[in-house]
Amino acid sequence: MLEHIKTLYHQGRQFIPDVTVAKAPGIFRGRPVINNAKVNESDLVNICPLNAISANPVRLDLGKCSFCGECAKQFPEKINFTTDYKIAANERESLIIKEGDDAQVTINPIKVRKEIHHLFRRSLKLRQVSAGGDNSCEWELNAANNVQFDMSRFGIEFVASPRHADGIVITGPITKNMAEPLQICYDATPDPKIIVLVGTDAISGGIFADSPAIDRSFLDKYYIDLYIPGNPAHPLTIINGLLDLTRKMK
Amino acid sequence: MKYTTVINNQCIPISQIPENSYDAFFELNVGFITDSSERHCVNYFGYPVSGNIKLICCIANDQSHDIHISSCLVKPTDILTSMSSKIFCFEKFEREIHENFGILFKGHPWLKPVRYGHDRADTLQTIANYPFYAIQSEELHEVGVGPIHAGVIEPGHFRFICNGEQILHLEIQLGYQHRGIESLFLRKKKLSERVQIAESIAGDNVVGHTLAFAAVWESLCGFRAPEELDFSRTIALELERIAIHTGDLSAACTDVAYQLGSAVFGRLRTPIINFLQEWCGNRLAKGLIRPGCNQYPFTSFLAFRLKEVLDAFEPDFDEVRRELFKMPSALSRFERTGTVTLADTLSIGSVGIAARASGLSRDIRSSHPHALFKGLKHAPIIKHHGDVYSRLQIRKQEVPQSINYLRELMHRIPECNNDKEPLGSPEPDSFAISLVEGWRGEICHCAVTDTQGELVMYKVKDPSFHNWMALAMAVRNNEISDFPICNKSFNLSYCGHDL
Repeated sequence: MLEHIKTLYHQGRQFIPDVTVAKAPGIFRGRPVINNAKVNESDLVNICPLNAISANPVRLDLGKCSFCGECAKQFPEKINFTTDYKIAANERESLIIKEGDDAQVTINPIKVRKEIHHLFRRSLKLRQVSAGGDNSCEWELNAANNVQFDMSRFGIEFVASPRHADGIVITGPITKNMAEPLQICYDATPDPKIIVLVGTDAISGGIFADSPAIDRSFLDKYYIDLYIPGNPAHPLTIINGLLDLTRKMK
Repeated sequence: MKYTTVINNQCIPISQIPENSYDAFFELNVGFITDSSERHCVNYFGYPVSGNIKLICCIANDQSHDIHISSCLVKPTDILTSMSSKIFCFEKFEREIHENFGILFKGHPWLKPVRYGHDRADTLQTIANYPFYAIQSEELHEVGVGPIHAGVIEPGHFRFICNGEQILHLEIQLGYQHRGIESLFLRKKKLSERVQIAESIAGDNVVGHTLAFAAVWESLCGFRAPEELDFSRTIALELERIAIHTGDLSAACTDVAYQLGSAVFGRLRTPIINFLQEWCGNRLAKGLIRPGCNQYPFTSFLAFRLKEVLDAFEPDFDEVRRELFKMPSALSRFERTGTVTLADTLSIGSVGIAARASGLSRDIRSSHPHALFKGLKHAPIIKHHGDVYSRLQIRKQEVPQSINYLRELMHRIPECNNDKEPLGSPEPDSFAISLVEGWRGEICHCAVTDTQGELVMYKVKDPSFHNWMALAMAVRNNEISDFPICNKSFNLSYCGHDL
């Protein structure tokens, strides 16, 4: 018992006091900034293994980007990844960063469904479905609830059953073999419910976008409430995204 | 009975692999494994060659540190004698070959689908009607779990047959995570695309799988990695091991309701993965390893930072590890739970932690050393009880061992050389094999090129491919309430298996 108290004392306070202003350590690759420098645009477009970059004007789609940093390495005068981790959005177009655009990626409160603010502002229970996820986003979702990031202090938690959930969080490109279980899980979640896509694989299919083994038809059927990009998404991106979706008002 | 012998990361012309009749191929490979625990099958697969199927079997010999490779050409309509009827460890490989090409194996216990791949031979079989083993009895009941689990983890279905609270039998059905990885390696032509596929094989084992891919690619191209490259790869592989082992100890604490241990081990993982982010910009080291180039050289400043991180990590890790392993309420849950005998381990062909916990010394770092492991003279940590306790003990001891390796390596940081040898392109008509000891165990990647030097076959084998069967054996005669702790003690990959 005394030893446990000693350990507690040694550990001190581990939680991040304010997750909305915490700094991501090191050379974290968050929101990119594309400046107006002239480069060979076709070379720039070709360098991206995920076709996330398009030309004239140069745009970078965070929903397709794997944040490998290859473009910034080859064209440092054109693209630069900042450590800004607040890159979640509720509109797909907001994830496309344009040339000369240095504005933050934000959630548009006008587009957030009324019941989300009304019902989930103080408590949001989510069911996670990994549908071909490589266990990296699942890892970071778990990390979002560890003693440091401590997402549950905001009333946001993962629950064991869709029956207890207010929405589902999908990771992975959605494999053919998971298409049916995903649908069953969604149907089992009571209304009103939200859908959150976490990670590049879930948002666009990522490197698996043209794989014959995936089936993304589920996503065509429903309105997506939140996109959280990353490969994997950083816990701070996840927490800030969910907080902004449920709490940010007009 | 002809075969050729190669060492880890060697590339040979495909014509150098002798072709046997199936009978000779059978005798040869069954003979290799029979009564010799130092040999095991690291990969056995087929690929189409002008209407026929070429089977290639790779048997690693841990004593002579080399790999015996043999091949055989068969027709998809052939009915072959099953090697599993003699040696059980071929069981899953044969199921996979049957699922992909329709070849029948006579004498195989049950040719069930492995993963319901998109390119399987029989598309009438679907994941929804998997043929489970069942026992008709008034006393027994079945418990089905998954594919979607209660926690935030990957999907897979577990079907238990229970006698009251006791598990009589467990069948693990996978395939839900199948993304077509192996066929994507052939479809995507750019190296930058292929390396991202390798990084996505298993997101919790990014360094291990990307390292295996890089080694296969470099040996196909005839590129010899300079010391600085080997150095940063060795560091990364051991950092990944430390991070995941620590996380696994946290998960084990969660499952025995030891809250403090769970919180402390959980938070201790963070500085290690944050260091990876400082180094390469990603907490799971995605983007760090690229064939033929050192994306993020390990500088002396990074070495200084890593020493700081490890100095802070070690005392905290030691403190909580001491408490966990002397607490009776935790030990009573770990000891004699989920036991796998040495005989079963050998028969399954387990690798990595699962093998070492049952007294079987299988560790690529010492048996087929790659990168800088030759110089480190790695001595595998072996336990003998084969229970949850043994598997956790291995993690508890491998963390300080890896920290010592990191400290030893950092005494001499190789200079970053700027005039690099270009990577080149893959040799035509060649075969390359790479073995890497990831934190779970042995990862094996194989590749074959055509006359143009283009990939015609890429085969990935995650350690989970063998070890899922070990989990199924471990839970027999245990209470079903002990399943989570058994499962966590293996921590196997779903996506690495399903590909």
